[in-house]
Amino acid sequence: MSSSEIALSVRGLAKSYRIAEGRRRTTTLGEALVGRLRRPFARARGETFWALDDVSFDVRRGDVVGIIGRNGAGKSTLLKIISRITEPTRGEVALYGRVGSLLEVGTGFHAELTGRENIYLNGSILGMRRAEIVRRFDEIVAFAGVERFLDTPVKHYSSGMYVRLAFAVAAHLEPEILIIDEVLAVGDTGFQKRCLAKMGEVAQQGRTILFVSHQLSAVAGLCNKSIFLEAGKLRSTGPVHEVIHDYVESLSRQEGESPHKVRRAGSGELRFAAAATDKQAYKPGELIHLDFEVTRARSFHGKVAASFLVVSEREETVLHLDGRLVGHWVDADRLRPARMTIRGPWLKPGRYRVDAYLTTHAIIDKYEAAAFFTVLPILPYPYPTNDEAGMYGTVLADFEVNEGAPCNGTSQTSREAIAP
Amino acid sequence: MSVESVEDAPALSTPAAVGGAPAPAPRPWLVIRPRSGWAALDLRELWRYRDLLLTLAARDVKLRYRQTLLGAAWVVLQPLLGAGIFAFVFGLVAKLPSEGLPYFVFAYAGLTAWTAFQTTFAKASGCLLQNANLVSKVYFPRLVLPLSTAFGAALDFVIALAVLAGMLAAFRVPLTPAVLLLPVWFVLLMLAALGLGLAAAALSARYRDVQYILPVLLQLAMYASPVAYGVEVVPEAWRTLYQLNPLAGLLEACRWSLLGTSAPPAFAVAYSAAVAGITFVGGALVFRRAERRFADVL
Repeated sequence: MSSSEIALSVRGLAKSYRIAEGRRRTTTLGEALVGRLRRPFARARGETFWALDDVSFDVRRGDVVGIIGRNGAGKSTLLKIISRITEPTRGEVALYGRVGSLLEVGTGFHAELTGRENIYLNGSILGMRRAEIVRRFDEIVAFAGVERFLDTPVKHYSSGMYVRLAFAVAAHLEPEILIIDEVLAVGDTGFQKRCLAKMGEVAQQGRTILFVSHQLSAVAGLCNKSIFLEAGKLRSTGPVHEVIHDYVESLSRQEGESPHKVRRAGSGELRFAAAATDKQAYKPGELIHLDFEVTRARSFHGKVAASFLVVSEREETVLHLDGRLVGHWVDADRLRPARMTIRGPWLKPGRYRVDAYLTTHAIIDKYEAAAFFTVLPILPYPYPTNDEAGMYGTVLADFEVNEGAPCNGTSQTSREAIAP
Repeated sequence: MSVESVEDAPALSTPAAVGGAPAPAPRPWLVIRPRSGWAALDLRELWRYRDLLLTLAARDVKLRYRQTLLGAAWVVLQPLLGAGIFAFVFGLVAKLPSEGLPYFVFAYAGLTAWTAFQTTFAKASGCLLQNANLVSKVYFPRLVLPLSTAFGAALDFVIALAVLAGMLAAFRVPLTPAVLLLPVWFVLLMLAALGLGLAAAALSARYRDVQYILPVLLQLAMYASPVAYGVEVVPEAWRTLYQLNPLAGLLEACRWSLLGTSAPPAFAVAYSAAVAGITFVGGALVFRRAERRFADVL
């Protein structure tokens, strides 16, 4: 199979949305009519927002392309145009094969219908011919593992069964170009692995896959090419690892903006002169160094504690790092730069703020938002899954699972005992 | 959607690249580009999606009476109850004429045809909002959605006719050869309903008030049409004006075919047929023109 055949080519693709002035956008006929009567010749005003701006790239047959970028970068808009759900404002897409798109698992599933009925409904909505569904029916049912519940309305299914059935139908689509948007963000891990395997199979048959995910690890594991979109523009495209590298670089750069200095509370004899992490972005589990320096503003003697709070974007205090716990005190008479090393736990991907405190029995300096850093969206686990696995909990745990190990804690693979 | 489909493009049989150079670009299977203005109906693509059309129609039929106590009996009960009310109000109380037929049968025949029209119109106009999740997640010719609504209405019509056949036998009303023309009237009625429904659907994607106005307009239209009463009660002087309502000709024609009542004037039928056809094509064109924005406004 030649890898040089083009599967799709995108040229100068752009999509704009008009954001109506202020909050107003006519959604009732009355408003629209009144508006028309008042200013019969006025063009609808408002800002134009380019969700996608002059994007061009080619995809060759058999490529599995991961589309990455932050929220609002235009990933979904791109997929929607290629899937023909919405139309571009400018530019064109040439498709050299039938497109099947999976922007959602179970599109058109109806709770009142049985599993069997939903297979036919969902299949034909996804573009399968009835004969095709009939031919692959048993395979779909077996893949989903819902044989016993075929004639039960899907509203009685567990959410796992529901997703398995929905994905099973989609996994049996046979388009030459398959478009997938975050659909791996549902379902249990075992089933996801089977779906990934099924997708790998599809790629080996020379079909082309376009795949959007927030999980860089899933993209890295599945795709050979990648496209990085930022604010509607194509930032980089090429082999997956190069593009992911560019993306991570840009994430770090963007998070490097200077932290807004907030007014400082506290009695003020001593002040943090600086507090900063050694890097702007970390992989989860990477060592985080926090460098800080204290200066004396007014006469002060004695020892104070340096204490730091690491706060997530949801204003959750994730870590409280108090120097006293590890025997560190700031001596007002011998001020020296210090470095705090944070080994664990693994922080979840996201942006974090560091609030720094100098305290004795009262607060001497309260330096909020002293530093910011980002934990990159790369899960430190060996198996790529979806966003849902690891969605709960404040931090990520370093853990593993063993079957058949004795329960009294003497298993060989269990972690070292807690250090004294 | 602005799509240019190139059938049977040899995209997959193009010879592989020679000497590492990329293969000369084969003709694409499909080119997506922005387009403005009116779009053709693209019946060929609709035909390719006929399975989806039937599956959606089947879904609607199955869903309608699931979890109802009486199930499919409602198909029959609804017009029976409606005809009962009309027979009481217009026949018994107002003592309107019914060409010598039992008023109940007379009203039932009119209501059967009207229900087919009304159901199709209402369903077609609401289909985009009802299926917004489909429209924003999957591509298919959008016309499939409103068109699929006609099947359910047709099925209801057939069932209602079976009940009517029983009534005719019971009241010893003979069938006339005019019954052979019934399918023609029915198709015309459906075309008019779909045409209006398509235009309303396109409008309601953008303006949600359409769904609140429609029931009122439908009620008005029913009383402006010969459903609960016959054209003969309309004063002679007003009759030509009355026939401007294209539904009048079609509904009278239906009743004529079913019950052998007096035939509507030929000009009225021809006029109604023409309006129905134009309505359908016009509605479909409006729908096609608006459909490229559906996913953005729903």
